[in-house]
Amino acid sequence: MSDAPDHRPTMAAVSFGARLDWAAPWLMVPALILLGFFAIGSMSSWLTLTVSALAMGMMIFVMASGLTLVFGLMDVINFGHGAFVSVGAFVGVSTVLALGHWAGAPSLVLNLLAVGLGVLAAMLVTGVLGWIFERVIIRPVYGAHLKQILITMGGLIVVEQVIVMIWGPDEIFFARPETLKGAITFAGAALEKYRLLAVAVGLAVFVAMRLVLRRTRIGLIVRAGVENGEMVEALGYRLGMVFVGVFIAGSALAGLGGVMWGFYQEVITAGMGEDMMVLVFIVVIIGGLGSVEGAFIGALMVGLMQNYIAFLEPKAALISNIALMTAILMWRPQGMMPVVKAK
Amino acid sequence: MLSVLISGDRPRSVVLGVLLMAILIGLATAPFLFPGVRSLETAARICVFVVLVASYDLMLGYTGIVSFAHTMFFGLGAYGVALAVDGMERGFVPVVLGAVLGALAAAVLAFAIALFSLRVRAIFFAMITLAVASAVAVLVSQLSGLTGGEDGMTLRIPRELTPAFKLLNEPVLGVRFNGKLLNYYLVFSVSLVLFLVMLRVVNSPFGRVLQAIRENDFRAEAIGYRVVWYRTVATCLSAVMAALAGSLYALWLRYVGPDTVLSFEIMLDILLMTVIGGMGTMYGAAVGATLFVLAQTYLQSLMGVAAVALADVPLLPALLNPDRWLLWMGVLFILSVYFFPTGIVGRLRESVRSG
Amino acid sequence: MSDTILTLTGVQADIAQYHILQGVDLAVPRGAVTMLLGRNGVGKTTTLRTIMGHLVARQGVIGFDGMDITARATSARARLGIGYVPENMGIFSDLTVEENMVLAAVSGRLLAERRDRIFAAFPPLRTFWTSDAGTLSGGQKQMLSIARAMAEDRKLYLIDEPTKGLAPAIISTMVAALRELKDGGASILLVEQNFAVARALGDHAAVMDDGRIVWSGEMSELADDAGLQERLMGLSMEGK
Repeated sequence: MSDAPDHRPTMAAVSFGARLDWAAPWLMVPALILLGFFAIGSMSSWLTLTVSALAMGMMIFVMASGLTLVFGLMDVINFGHGAFVSVGAFVGVSTVLALGHWAGAPSLVLNLLAVGLGVLAAMLVTGVLGWIFERVIIRPVYGAHLKQILITMGGLIVVEQVIVMIWGPDEIFFARPETLKGAITFAGAALEKYRLLAVAVGLAVFVAMRLVLRRTRIGLIVRAGVENGEMVEALGYRLGMVFVGVFIAGSALAGLGGVMWGFYQEVITAGMGEDMMVLVFIVVIIGGLGSVEGAFIGALMVGLMQNYIAFLEPKAALISNIALMTAILMWRPQGMMPVVKAK
Repeated sequence: MLSVLISGDRPRSVVLGVLLMAILIGLATAPFLFPGVRSLETAARICVFVVLVASYDLMLGYTGIVSFAHTMFFGLGAYGVALAVDGMERGFVPVVLGAVLGALAAAVLAFAIALFSLRVRAIFFAMITLAVASAVAVLVSQLSGLTGGEDGMTLRIPRELTPAFKLLNEPVLGVRFNGKLLNYYLVFSVSLVLFLVMLRVVNSPFGRVLQAIRENDFRAEAIGYRVVWYRTVATCLSAVMAALAGSLYALWLRYVGPDTVLSFEIMLDILLMTVIGGMGTMYGAAVGATLFVLAQTYLQSLMGVAAVALADVPLLPALLNPDRWLLWMGVLFILSVYFFPTGIVGRLRESVRSG
Repeated sequence: MSDTILTLTGVQADIAQYHILQGVDLAVPRGAVTMLLGRNGVGKTTTLRTIMGHLVARQGVIGFDGMDITARATSARARLGIGYVPENMGIFSDLTVEENMVLAAVSGRLLAERRDRIFAAFPPLRTFWTSDAGTLSGGQKQMLSIARAMAEDRKLYLIDEPTKGLAPAIISTMVAALRELKDGGASILLVEQNFAVARALGDHAAVMDDGRIVWSGEMSELADDAGLQERLMGLSMEGK
């Protein structure tokens, strides 16, 4: 018996395997889209559903990105993140409604200006709120997960109730700005304009985040800090400051996600952030806590699953995300792209 | 004798001892001491929530894992009874069968969730339970053919437990001896037994391992305890207890619906009761649940009265509006986690130690 | 300017409930290599971590370059001019070698002349300049960790076991690089278990036992006295 074959150099195979390991999560999204195509059968339905799924996924990603970074950087889990989604939606929508003559005009420029101002207001308010939240709620409970979960949950209740105090307990219905209504027809499929816009905005946020994280010094510090915060401090950087910055940015992004989601649904409620948190948590879990790329892929997968299944088998849509999460965790118990933690 | 019943877990504070006795005697004699429909409803609610909160504390306080699916387990017990009663002859058999099946389902589900999340990190558990619980809540309200959807289900409970069933024809001490009274004492005694069982569990060697895990899970693992296994068992036990509490609640209310057993608001109530009463002590659950349910029932109406009385003062009426109840609960919750992490029971015991 | 760069006076520190440093008194001279020696678990790494501020000194005073830094944040200590090579190397494996180096140059850019000097000392870093640091071998990671400390001039270098687990050939690369650093006039506090390395590099030595400094003096004095070694560290180094 000879052992010789085992000693043959297998460099190529190993590196291919490693590459596949790295690429597998990225391949999930196109694979899911392809699978959806065969399952649905109709080109136009598939196209409509895919755009709608990507739009939904992008919006969830925008909400989830801050949460996952905050966790990666400081090991802080913020159950109150949904509060920023709600606040963003209410501030943004109220601003656009206040600019009714701009939003109602059949001019794309004026419409976008109104929405842009709404987004700006929402991100400003949620950013400031995030700063206060970090100071008052989270700062005293660093390093204690149990207390973090409880305290941030309390923060969520308080913020939601303040929304109820200001805007009342009822849901608010409204219409999108004129030029964002309706759909365009492409290859026989009706693609809602607003969904296309949401996809574009989500993609822009993702690309911008990646650029910041890969190409700037602050991005390097954040990525290094996710892996080994102690060493980043030993090099002379004040990680606490960086963290506050990330927390504020993450809160503002959640606010942006809230506005986007509000205009997508054309209705807002104080509890919407709480509802979205369910999807956001699923996304960060399957993506791998702390990973922005993971959250991006996870969000798109959740969007695709939800939309395809809702079309194919409406009753099953309710548990499709749970099933997806279960499957992913069986494959990779830490999520698809867990961050390396030095310990 | 008493010491055996409470598994040697003494209150260790005179005030706490008196408080617990007051709660016990109050609940045992509620139909006689506080006649009236509303107070009996409140007493039964307290009984059920003491068990529910104690079972939650089994997880949160004794092993340090946060679950947001406790209402789901509660609901499984409630819907278990409701569905069994709905599908079978009227009587006690379907009630018991439904309770057992509900508890079994809760245990299996808890086991599956624990398997997936606790293996990796304890915080996964909080997120996954939140996701699963909300999916189940949506499922229950969507499957209206089976569960009655948002409207819920009305239960045909055994006749012996309804007001129509008369034990005595004449009221004694102003109290009617009917099935409703019987039902209350059923709820009370089962709750008491379940509570004492949990007290036994946490004071057993198993309970002490759980506490060691809560203090330092790395060290517990290093000493040789299989942390995941202990946490999983605690989770399942907690789920079973919650389901049984749910069965009792369904039996008492003769109704189940998403709002009464599954809503997120009830989950928050459970959290508040656990934290305010004192995490990591079964007595804390009893004290927290009692005070909270009383406050919920009576303080809320008091707030309304105060808001009307202070109508001329600026801002105050808006803040005292009964609709602001949840806002104040949230604030109270944050403050208690910061300044009061051991809750009422912890405080009472500390004051004894320092005094 | 005083001739000591770092002084520890009665420093005590805890890890969780364990009392690790029980009153450390240590003076590190400027422009020389001070070896911090002792058996495993006597508190050498903890001493470095406390100097760096990762652990809070419960008692005592840490003086650096004429300032009391006991209460300063870790990042502030680093910016005062302390370069730190931790025991676990603290490599950012998700970043490239270049990015690791860029981050280490806190005050701004990594100067080309400095980079070339590092390449000369550690040639593999040039080869893997744009690779993820996580793909480096253990020895290369150690080189990167030391190179990061050398990315800028520091007033003091804290280096924790730079030769741990390395092959002899790589150890000699390390020693050469550290000697070059020393010849440039650097002040170094070096934890080392390999006595040959300690003898080759050390000017002064301080020996720890049970959370205290139990002996300090010239490295040559310790190196030449097998009996002293045996008494201080429980084993004779001569045989190794």
